[in-house]
Amino acid sequence: MIAIIDYDAGNLTSVKRALDYLGIQSRITPDPDEIMTSERIIFPGVGHAASAMNTIIKRGLDQALKESYTKGTPILGICLGTQIILSHSMEGNTDCLGLIKGDCPEFKPENPRLKIPHMGWNQIRKLSDHPILDNVDPGDEFYFVHSFYPQPHNPSSILAVCEYEIEFPSVIGCNNLVATQFHPEKSGPAGLRILSNFSSWDGNLC
Amino acid sequence: MLSKRIISCLDVRDGNLAKSVKFVDTKDIGDPVSTAAKYYENGIDELVLYDITASSDNRNIMLDVVNKVASRIFIPFSVGGGLRTVQDCTNVLLAGAEKVNVNTAAVANPNLISDTAKVFGAQAVVLSMDVLEVEISQKIPSGYEVVTHGGRIHTGIDALWWAKKGQELGAGELVINSIDADGTKEGYEIRLTRKIADSVSIPVIASGGGGKPSHLHDVLTEGGADAALIASILHYNEYTIKEIKDYLSSRGIKVRKT
Repeated sequence: MIAIIDYDAGNLTSVKRALDYLGIQSRITPDPDEIMTSERIIFPGVGHAASAMNTIIKRGLDQALKESYTKGTPILGICLGTQIILSHSMEGNTDCLGLIKGDCPEFKPENPRLKIPHMGWNQIRKLSDHPILDNVDPGDEFYFVHSFYPQPHNPSSILAVCEYEIEFPSVIGCNNLVATQFHPEKSGPAGLRILSNFSSWDGNLC
Repeated sequence: MLSKRIISCLDVRDGNLAKSVKFVDTKDIGDPVSTAAKYYENGIDELVLYDITASSDNRNIMLDVVNKVASRIFIPFSVGGGLRTVQDCTNVLLAGAEKVNVNTAAVANPNLISDTAKVFGAQAVVLSMDVLEVEISQKIPSGYEVVTHGGRIHTGIDALWWAKKGQELGAGELVINSIDADGTKEGYEIRLTRKIADSVSIPVIASGGGGKPSHLHDVLTEGGADAALIASILHYNEYTIKEIKDYLSSRGIKVRKT
């Protein structure tokens, strides 16, 4: 069973629907105990970092996530979920969970034609052969919607990058935690492959 | 670099797929859920489901369609038509849509854009505007007027002004739908699309008039659009999504492979 963390932050049902379509069992839950006892965790999210952190702390989800991470439960962060597993976000200048050391700066393109948010389909370039990226081909594109991007301090936590004037981390990970800035649940067959890879990943890196 | 998006619009009436020419002469041509699934499998980048149901009694049929589509396709899609309140928008977003498309109701009540954007974020709000070419005047300096009710009602609002205002109110994207071009298959309204694309910093989606791949090419290059909407050429199997994308790709436009 995959627990999809409910912290009132959008796209929960999209993730659930995609897992249902793949025949993978999951449950949307705000309950820290249920999250800590589940086999796998998806930490999704659309919204604002500071207000999301408020809800997370209020519901005791920060401790649930930290403990699950420490004991090795495979965790997948998506979009805002990917940003707030870092130590800090510039969105609302807020301290975040700190599961991976890093910050979340805002896009500031020099080219005035580049629009913010970075919204639409873009390619990623793998830097590592992480199990979650199995069968993801160089030409595959994923759906992004974001104005801030994850920037882990340790370059080895960057599993894939994406180009939007600058190259920014689009998949990050450390130990049993992996996270995508794009929305796999909205990225067509390539995105579904990532969700499917996650559902069979044991949390080890090889 | 972002790919240019190819979006298809499905008009839904009482739960059936319909296609209009110049907003009149609507015909029912199939089932929206299986059509959405087919386009998804064939590589469409995004979909718009537009509710043209006349009676508000049948609005729940649309929510059912939205729900079914959301369980069947895994790309973003928006829902429009008849959304008058934040609650209407909330209903379709909870039913599984990624974005709402507001049009007439936003002209009457611009706060619908800002109020919805405040709750769900700008990325969830698409401002769709129907435009008609008119004589340039002091009131309509761009020469394009916003119209509603399929072009029957002139609002006296300048299209370029409204596009900028929409962005300011918190819309995350704009659909520019030319009533002159709609259903003609003679090409998109390039001039206005370009003017708007040059004046706003949010994505612009061109709509109305797409009849062949070169029309999409023109509006995505000369017209400065980020995305192009197609309807009849897909619904009537005149071109496949692959043929359109291969054409664009062979002319140097970055599109997601099918």
